[in-house]
Amino acid sequence: MTSTLVSISSKAIASAGDAAGKRSSLVPTVAGLGLLTALLLFPSIAAALDETFYVSFVTRILIFALAASSLNLILGFGGMVSFGHAAFFGGGAYIVGMLSIEVTRDIGLLPGTQSAWVAWPTTMLACALMAALIGAISLRTRGVSFIMITLAFAQMIYYLFVSLKTYGGDEGMNIGTRSTIGFGLSLSDDATFYYVVLALLVVSMMLFRRLVHSRFGNVIRGIRENETRMEAIGYDTYRYKLVCFVIAGSFAGLAGALLANQNTFVSPRMLDWHQSGLLIMMVILGGVGRLWGGVVGAVVILLLEEILSEYTLYWQFWLGSLLLFLIIVAPKGLIGLADRAFKGGLK
Amino acid sequence: MNTPLLKVESLVKRFGGLTATDQLSLDVAQGELVAIIGPNGAGKTTLLSQLSGAMFSDEGRILFAGEDISRLPVHRRVHKGLARSYQITSIFKSFTVLQNVALAVQSRSGTSMRFWAPVASERDLLEAALAIVTDVGLESVAERPASQLSHGQQRQLELAIAIATGPRLLLLDEPMAGMGREETLRMVELIHRLKQRFTILLVEHDMDAVFRLADRIAVLVYGRVIATGSVEEIRNNREVRQAYLGEELTV
Amino acid sequence: MTATFLLEQMLNGLQFGLMLFLLAAGLTLVFGIMNMINLAHGSLYMIGAYLAATAVGYTGSFVAGVLIALAGTAAFGALLESSLLRRFYGRDHLSQVLATFALILILNDGVRMIWGPHAMLVNVPALVSGPIELLPGLHYPAYRLVVIAVGLLVALGLYLLVVHTRIGMRIRAGASNREMANALGGNISGLFTVVFALGAMLAALAGAMLGPVLAVEVGMGESIIILAFVVVVIGGIGSVRGALIGAIVVGCVDTFGRAFLTTILREFSSPTVADNLGPSLASMLIYIVMAAILFWKPRGLFPAQA
Repeated sequence: MTSTLVSISSKAIASAGDAAGKRSSLVPTVAGLGLLTALLLFPSIAAALDETFYVSFVTRILIFALAASSLNLILGFGGMVSFGHAAFFGGGAYIVGMLSIEVTRDIGLLPGTQSAWVAWPTTMLACALMAALIGAISLRTRGVSFIMITLAFAQMIYYLFVSLKTYGGDEGMNIGTRSTIGFGLSLSDDATFYYVVLALLVVSMMLFRRLVHSRFGNVIRGIRENETRMEAIGYDTYRYKLVCFVIAGSFAGLAGALLANQNTFVSPRMLDWHQSGLLIMMVILGGVGRLWGGVVGAVVILLLEEILSEYTLYWQFWLGSLLLFLIIVAPKGLIGLADRAFKGGLK
Repeated sequence: MNTPLLKVESLVKRFGGLTATDQLSLDVAQGELVAIIGPNGAGKTTLLSQLSGAMFSDEGRILFAGEDISRLPVHRRVHKGLARSYQITSIFKSFTVLQNVALAVQSRSGTSMRFWAPVASERDLLEAALAIVTDVGLESVAERPASQLSHGQQRQLELAIAIATGPRLLLLDEPMAGMGREETLRMVELIHRLKQRFTILLVEHDMDAVFRLADRIAVLVYGRVIATGSVEEIRNNREVRQAYLGEELTV
Repeated sequence: MTATFLLEQMLNGLQFGLMLFLLAAGLTLVFGIMNMINLAHGSLYMIGAYLAATAVGYTGSFVAGVLIALAGTAAFGALLESSLLRRFYGRDHLSQVLATFALILILNDGVRMIWGPHAMLVNVPALVSGPIELLPGLHYPAYRLVVIAVGLLVALGLYLLVVHTRIGMRIRAGASNREMANALGGNISGLFTVVFALGAMLAALAGAMLGPVLAVEVGMGESIIILAFVVVVIGGIGSVRGALIGAIVVGCVDTFGRAFLTTILREFSSPTVADNLGPSLASMLIYIVMAAILFWKPRGLFPAQA
């Protein structure tokens, strides 16, 4: 009995969680380390090739990867189809912007700060609070209603900022400089900023990984699979979904804060429902409920956008068509497709 | 031990014009297995939903160990010790058998608001889950995804999940639904064993099974209990035979 | 602020609400019957507006232009449904969201390719271009009255269709119970196409009627479609009656909020605060109302499904 237990439990550990856990073999680890090394060297290489534009571009991808991954927590792991993630993404951008504007103009609604150590956690906290409010109401509904309500709340935030003339209204607002982090480092240097964003993404992904395999993650995945039964075995599913929603909201806020820093500009466009749609596209394209789905999706979509817009004015037309095609042929996203191809290759 | 574990008082549930549960009263004593039988549409599943909390009742009270639980939501009732299995198998298909059961064990073993430690490394959970999996006879498939089990095995898992919440009262909704002879026999065996440890309220169509398992039978027709009694009493009750059992019972 | 101003705002609210209803009716039917979430419904509204603007230009007749737009959009809707969207009925909502979102990108750019990037202007038909004196001192644009009349007529027609005809019976059966709709027999996928085309036509009608009031431009469908979603959710998914009531509520709340909120706020606070806060609150008002309604009734005011 004890020996069976040991063998079963060790296997259970190996097979715990989603498929990401199953492939805990050497290959992905090596590939991951390789990729990380490449990412670490990237700014130096770009500088050597005099193509520093690409540092900003990759920073942008990393930021969207973080935003999409946070969405994947609720959408993929929790099964909550939120169409309002832009509220937290754009909201985060605005909060950093507002805090920084207060320093230069002293409008007096908030105490201003430029320090990343204050502004970014504040942003995450504020977005968590916003997510708690929006989630508390939205999560009372399910299915289509939930999609619509999250969308509507995001629109509400959008219109709020469009009409807030103090913070730029329609036009958006310029943020004087990027946040400061001390230690003699300046985020205004694109390479430094790149490394900070990369570090935050890596740390966040590690946190998400722990989260997904934790007790909490177990409950969240159970809820996606069969919410009624989760209640019937004693889980207050509403509470867990709400906490998940709040966590996702705060990390989206962090991503927004980073994007605001990257652009030194915030506008209501970041709160637009297209933004929510874009993030959903990234998650689905990459792989719903796959740890790296959001990252893969962000890379692919932003690359596509970049490449297509080089060639045609109507890049959205081609992006949309490509997506539509992919949803029909690869319902499980690119990671799922790669899985299938990989397994097929082995046979 | 005079208070019954479950006491249902004048329960009513209406759907529009239809009264699905009609002034229903019922007691289940500690350690007893009470079977509820009745024709289709008698309101058996509705009653179970009311008891488990999936549906709130329009009138009446549900007392569990003397406490009024009528307005408690499902998950609170589970923690009071009320667990339910479903007529239509409701399991976590992409989870393994062991993970299915461990998830239920997890719900009664401390908070699940833990975000860091991997759940798969919690030996206590896995040990408790494995014990239950073994108990229902699924240890040979413990690591298989639930979706790959046979129908009979899925029904066993359905039961295992309910047991894993550590209930005092098990509400079983047609555990033999859709099973073949062999499987049914095994399930009867299993429930017979569980009966030693749990108080059970069993809704079942299979009369052989009911007669073998029940301490007491309640006959439900149109949302009312028209008779309760021992197996013998129900077998011989003319009213019951007319209203429900009909020629089925030419034993 | 006078009674005439109030009345004028009520008419505005009613007009906006009825147009929202035209959009919401199609949405709610497609939700209710096919269990399909169609974000691209607003694109059909846009296409209707563009077709109408073009056809009015060609024919010189507003009525003919609108009719052509209705027929064209309905045909386009039927084509879209039968060639593409029906693949997604069985899929989860997430895939539907993504597919129809992709469709929005495609159709937006498609319209840009055909009609160019600039907004089109449509003239109000000459016959109803002037104001009408409804009451002494209340001059109201005649065209807006026409819009109201058309909206009311369509609402009535839709009511009769849904409540009193055989196809309406199947629609209701479908909205409350898919299996029953199947049991009623007939060609279920044909019914789906008809329902979708009907929804497209109603959206096109809204687009065509609002063309002379608003600008006909790419993206015009997007802000209004979200309000239509709000209507559907407030009204209860699948319920045409809920959509009508929800639409009027949303139309009136939105219009009144914009017209009166700043003034009301001035009563309670300093003019600067009121002038800043008023417009913000007004634009959020409808969502606040929605949140309140859903807080009390998560399934909307008139849930269609049991």
